[in-house]
Amino acid sequence: MSSAPATLAQPAELSREQLIPLLQEVQAKDGYLSQTAMTELAQALDTPVASVYGVATFYNQFRFAPLGEHVIEVCRGTACHVKQSLTLYQHLERRLKLRPDGNSADGRFSVLSVACVGACSIAPVIKLDGEFYGHLTVEKLDALLDGIDKHDTESPTEPNQEQPTEASHS
Amino acid sequence: MNRSVLIEPCCSLCTHSPGRPCPDLITCIQEGPLCHDDDTCRTLRAERLETVRRGGDGTVLFVGAGTCGRANGALHVIAKTKSYLEERSVPARLVEVGCVGFCQREVFVDLQKGDGLRLSYCDLTPDNVDEFLEAVFEKNELRNRFLYGRYGEAPGYEDVPLVADTPFFSRQTRVVLENCGLIDPASLDSALAAGAFAAAARALTTMTREEVCDMVAESGLRGRGGAGFPTGQKWKVALNTAAHQKYLICNADEGDPGAFMDRAILEGDPFRIIEGMLIAAYAIGATKAYVYCRAEYPLAIARLQGAIAQCRKAGLLGANILGSLTDLDIVIKQGAGAFVCGEETAILASIEGGRGMPRPRPPYPAVAGLHGMPTVLNNVETLANVSGILRNGPAWFRDLGLGEAAGTKVFALSGRVRNTGLVEVPVGIPLREIVYGIGGGAPEGHQIKAVQIGGPSGGCIPDEYLDVPTDYGKLQELGAMMGSGGMVVMDERSCMVDVARYFMEFIRNESCGKCTPCREGTTRMYEILTALTKRPVGEEIQRLERFRGLLHLEELAATIKETSLCGLGQSAANPVLSTLRFFRDEYEAHILEDRCPAGVCQGLRTYAIDTATCVGCMACKKVCPAGAILGERKSAHYIIVDRCLGCGACVDACPKQSITLVA
Repeated sequence: MSSAPATLAQPAELSREQLIPLLQEVQAKDGYLSQTAMTELAQALDTPVASVYGVATFYNQFRFAPLGEHVIEVCRGTACHVKQSLTLYQHLERRLKLRPDGNSADGRFSVLSVACVGACSIAPVIKLDGEFYGHLTVEKLDALLDGIDKHDTESPTEPNQEQPTEASHS
Repeated sequence: MNRSVLIEPCCSLCTHSPGRPCPDLITCIQEGPLCHDDDTCRTLRAERLETVRRGGDGTVLFVGAGTCGRANGALHVIAKTKSYLEERSVPARLVEVGCVGFCQREVFVDLQKGDGLRLSYCDLTPDNVDEFLEAVFEKNELRNRFLYGRYGEAPGYEDVPLVADTPFFSRQTRVVLENCGLIDPASLDSALAAGAFAAAARALTTMTREEVCDMVAESGLRGRGGAGFPTGQKWKVALNTAAHQKYLICNADEGDPGAFMDRAILEGDPFRIIEGMLIAAYAIGATKAYVYCRAEYPLAIARLQGAIAQCRKAGLLGANILGSLTDLDIVIKQGAGAFVCGEETAILASIEGGRGMPRPRPPYPAVAGLHGMPTVLNNVETLANVSGILRNGPAWFRDLGLGEAAGTKVFALSGRVRNTGLVEVPVGIPLREIVYGIGGGAPEGHQIKAVQIGGPSGGCIPDEYLDVPTDYGKLQELGAMMGSGGMVVMDERSCMVDVARYFMEFIRNESCGKCTPCREGTTRMYEILTALTKRPVGEEIQRLERFRGLLHLEELAATIKETSLCGLGQSAANPVLSTLRFFRDEYEAHILEDRCPAGVCQGLRTYAIDTATCVGCMACKKVCPAGAILGERKSAHYIIVDRCLGCGACVDACPKQSITLVA
């Protein structure tokens, strides 16, 4: 969604400067950066794959594995920290049985911690499937997750239905 | 996208188009017509301007829907209002505006009647918005429990305080934020009606580049992103460096956790930034500009994209702007989540498509920056100040500040304080005035312990030093930094060792890894601080190491400060040094008494089981991740303190509430 994004269809216009916007575009489309996508990008830009991978791994935004159906971003900014966002994160860890990569045991949820979403005045904040929720407590978080569980059991969503909403925000 | 009504010609005599730009376009829109004397045209233009200024004919509802408003449910409020208006066919328009700054009381909705009466309502939620709408549209009760204040003359409502006279706003001087929350950020017309682009038009068509640089230098404006370098001086360096291509970069990579003023300005008044960039680019002779904005701010990016597209269409960006032979194109670059990319040379590397790593300076970017060409980097808030300086003159700007300082600064007030939000105050105002006067002090029953200012590069200032003026130099003397203006208030419930550890963890994660002092030094400091927040177990050597760690912290801090490559590393130790200086007693309690006075540090918490009420159900034993609980079924259990991690899982698991935190 960057202004006038170059696409892979116009290789003549590609330059090194477009590497990061292109990576962002690929991730917005696929939800993550696959090895194939990075190799193709490197060829299109006429740079070594290692240098594409080097750039991609430098930035926190890029992911190398697909995300779960629901994405929870826990803000770990200063204001959120002072208002106990760590407790929220630990609660999610326990409730969703998070694995070290941040995905829940059943693979439905991905929990990421982000530096600061810039909504400090209503700390602590999380972003759930692209929507912000402020002034959170463990109880409110539970209510949110209960709502999702209920919604999913009543009307199971196809996994790729959630993907574009999240991706368009990242 | 909104169509611009104001740009449209009043009659066939007005010939402006992006292809054939008129130098007088902006003045003509705001005061015109200039090129011909015709009462019909004058009336037509005045009427258009008035309609746009009011946000449309009839009743208008302005809903504060910045990111913070949305987190408080603004989008749901909008949806509910829309369906309410449609169901009852109430003729009222809905306009999304940015954040007015008082995030604590969001969602804000301003009601404007056809006669110009504008009242502001707050504390709205998706649950109570129906009550509000019913009061306003059915019962005609404009004075209801949500009423916050009025704007301007409000015949019949003189007893309602002006918004600017309410305690949160009365101590502020709003210059940069003057339009935020009031005008439609998605409409060029709305900005033009508020006076936007008049300063840029004057600069481009009547002033030389040197005159613009001189004016900004004379105003005393300093970079608002953190380092506080004089802006005019930076521009002059770039102007005086000969090159066939120069660049301007607006730094909107607001990475400091706790700062969100750039986001609010971009979301609430994006045209102000474009005008500032237009002036800055003209002053240094740049024809290409970038806005490097965090990807975490999707709304700000969307607003900016819309604003740039409208400006291009109106001929305010592109080639030969306003017939001044000045060209400028603005491209948005989305950051990809690296704190170090707020550093100017790291931004350059990132825009060029590489890893965002800083490089040594000199050469400074103003001499050799993007692609080796002279490049000026200015923060969003710095650029937001530029149009005001050109409009009102450098003396006006200098007088805004207190004492030696010039202008205003926006602070993001958050944490343990009653009123959170964005506050704009004269530079030089004492911190106490902001925290207690505007912020209202600590919440009921608590006491402010410290104010963290300047993010990971800043420091913690204790309550007794809060009379320090918010001045670049004075704050540095206290080991803090103005930084980008994030201000997190802490009360007795915050542990300063934990805060230092939090920042060190942040810096350790965000260090780009290029230079050793920052990469290794911050990791070691983080390890030492982590050891302090855990109970020493077993060996005497661990106790000794914790004690020695304190000495190492100071030594490491000095080394990192002196030898790191960029500003991120050089200031990385500030949070540790300032807490060591002002809160040494807390460090000592952690080391000597294994105690966290605030009870925050999990690793030092001590839990105990009340043997009288414990029924021996073994629920706690099952959940304990460290195997620290002993006991047989149906007999009271016991916690081995040395093994306990302090996670508190047992407390949640106990059906009899027998487990309590004892220290």
